[in-house]
Amino acid sequence: MSTSIGKKIRRTAALSAVAVLTFSSCALTGSSSEAEGNNAGTIDYWLWDTGQLPGYQQCANLFEEKTGKKVAITQYGWDDYWQKLTAGFIADQGPDVFTDHVAKYPQYVDLEVIMPLNELEATKNVDTSVFQGGLTDIWTGPDGNLYGMPKDWDTIAAFYNKDMVRDAGYTEEDLASWDFNTMDGGTFEQIVAHLTIDKNGVRGDEPGFDKNNVAVYGLGISESGGSTFGQGQWSGFAAANGWEATNSPTWGNQYKFDDPALAETLEWYFGLVDKGYMPAYGVFSQADGAAPQLTSGAAAITFNGAWMISTYAKADFEVGTAKFPTNTDTGLNMTMMNGLADSISKNADNPEDAAEWVAFMATAECQNHIGGEGVVFPSRTEATEIAARTYSEMGIDTWAFTEPVEKQEVFFFPITSFGADISALSVVAFEDIYANRKPAAPELEELNSSINNMFENSSK
Amino acid sequence: MSTQVTGRTKSSSRTQQPWLPWLFLFPAGLGYVVFFLWPTVRGIWLSFTEYNLLTPATFIGFDNYARMFGDPIFWNALRVTIWYVVLNIGIQTIVALLIAVLMHRLTQSTFVRSVVLSPYLVSNVVAAVIWLWILDGQFGIANQILEWIGIGRIGFLTDPNWAIPTIAMINVWRHMGYTALLIFAGLQTLPNSVYEAARMDGASETRIFFSITMPLLRPILALVLIMTVIGSFQVFDTVSVTTGGGPANATNVLQMYIYDMAFGRFQFGYASAMSVALLIVLAIITFIQFKVTRANDTDLD
Repeated sequence: MSTSIGKKIRRTAALSAVAVLTFSSCALTGSSSEAEGNNAGTIDYWLWDTGQLPGYQQCANLFEEKTGKKVAITQYGWDDYWQKLTAGFIADQGPDVFTDHVAKYPQYVDLEVIMPLNELEATKNVDTSVFQGGLTDIWTGPDGNLYGMPKDWDTIAAFYNKDMVRDAGYTEEDLASWDFNTMDGGTFEQIVAHLTIDKNGVRGDEPGFDKNNVAVYGLGISESGGSTFGQGQWSGFAAANGWEATNSPTWGNQYKFDDPALAETLEWYFGLVDKGYMPAYGVFSQADGAAPQLTSGAAAITFNGAWMISTYAKADFEVGTAKFPTNTDTGLNMTMMNGLADSISKNADNPEDAAEWVAFMATAECQNHIGGEGVVFPSRTEATEIAARTYSEMGIDTWAFTEPVEKQEVFFFPITSFGADISALSVVAFEDIYANRKPAAPELEELNSSINNMFENSSK
Repeated sequence: MSTQVTGRTKSSSRTQQPWLPWLFLFPAGLGYVVFFLWPTVRGIWLSFTEYNLLTPATFIGFDNYARMFGDPIFWNALRVTIWYVVLNIGIQTIVALLIAVLMHRLTQSTFVRSVVLSPYLVSNVVAAVIWLWILDGQFGIANQILEWIGIGRIGFLTDPNWAIPTIAMINVWRHMGYTALLIFAGLQTLPNSVYEAARMDGASETRIFFSITMPLLRPILALVLIMTVIGSFQVFDTVSVTTGGGPANATNVLQMYIYDMAFGRFQFGYASAMSVALLIVLAIITFIQFKVTRANDTDLD
């Protein structure tokens, strides 16, 4: 869904590796037989999200009823998924169709291992205007070809504990209209400070607050330092402060991590750690993400992606949602938008069959069904409403996720070459700023020059 | 008489079946070539190329090595690895030696020997996961106890200063029993007569340890050291499970960096160059150890 769900945190991968080892015999035989179920005519489809498996299984059944063509779905955890996929490309094996991520697909385009969908009969005729605005743009390569059929989208918003907000004397309108700036944090920081409570019951903005013994953090935090682009954390604050990650919305060849607008944002944002309003590195297990901090009552507010809505809905208290605060200096209100798509491998046994399946997943029939599952916002505009209805039945009002899309207060997950390298370098830099509280500006300048060096050296 | 007979059979077999020794060598030789020699040669070749697995490798000369010398993360990784090896090997060897001598001088119990070896029976990854849970900042029992006794919580694996010592200790815990057993086996080869003589002369246990055990044990200790140092330089799984190289690059050991470069960033050429550098470092260290400890000589003669 995003790098956040991917968890660049390698610890998760290792832990799941243990799980696999523990249940080795059954797990291994199970998956290998599925993967090899590559019988003639069967379309092999891979995805990594267990939550989406049941929905797409039903789409596959519908597809088989209609066309008589079988689809075999295989699910792997995020880290295994990309490794097996790469191994598949090398060995001319792997799936015919797979769920693709924007952080990964530029490399596949460079290596020419995925097919342009506009050159295949079934996918060529899909009307892309039915998708939420911008989704086809992020899946269009630098050569103008469409490399992924948009299947869902996500934005970032705040989830908050309604009881805690009420106890602190705030209304839901206060959070719906909050603002911030990088100098004093605006009403956003006031609310976060007041929601923070130390072990003696003193609030964060009251005298005698003990910032070293906090019982409830005003703001929870996911991922060490925010991963590549702070997607689930600070990306919305930085963008509202005027920061743009690259020199072009898609396929830029120059990064702007050295922009003072970003350094300012990060100094203020991670400064909340120093004030005791946000947990320091290591207080919570990074591998667990932010959701448990909110659901366990250890944090009052956490930012997170739309793909986490159904997880938050399971909390045993009422959970509200709010957009990122508006920046008082620029007047901007922003959230990062991203989306998954289905791509077809160059190794597909029968590309036209594969394209038919990809096209079917983009139909209202399949998408409306996925919307009803309440796990993601499907890419088709009308299916978004169905998903929103399902979510509200679960008890979560998702206006904070959908409104920015309607108002076009979104910016896209940066799409450039060198995704893996950029993530390897930036994760470390942001961790240094968060965990070791290093000054942001010099750290970001160094990061930016090493990233831009790669682009310059490659164009030589 | 008997020597003559064996001599005759030997020479006759040499003339009649010259292929026999090669036949015996073949299985091991095949394994050596397929799993060691060929990958090494290929790795060295790849270190001179740019290779991402999907497109053919292109020769780029010494570019990878030039990049390595200018790569601050590589040098940091080397520093972190050496710091780990110093802590790990230093403490592990002293503890193992102590355990081995205690077993040798005090008890011959098989039960005690099995208990000492037991951490080694746990796989690296499982040991790391268990310690990860014990040392967890929020729910770990270790921090709970530290809080009870008033020391307060310590970010064992999340504080950049604590992380490498903690990982080193986890591996000391796992490997000390095995190392102790190796040394113990060496101790058992020492002739009892010298100990008897020492006792006759009224030497104390400490004196016996430093004047008899240590000098006689030197060749075995040297071998154990060489093996454990090589193993220690290749630390990967514990780091991968507990910290993943973080926070920032505080625990990004060389093998971790190489792995990430190859399998995370698909830069197999550069990763190979760093592997070759590790090979050279290990070769030099092993050579020095052999020389300094005179591992090939024994003082028993």
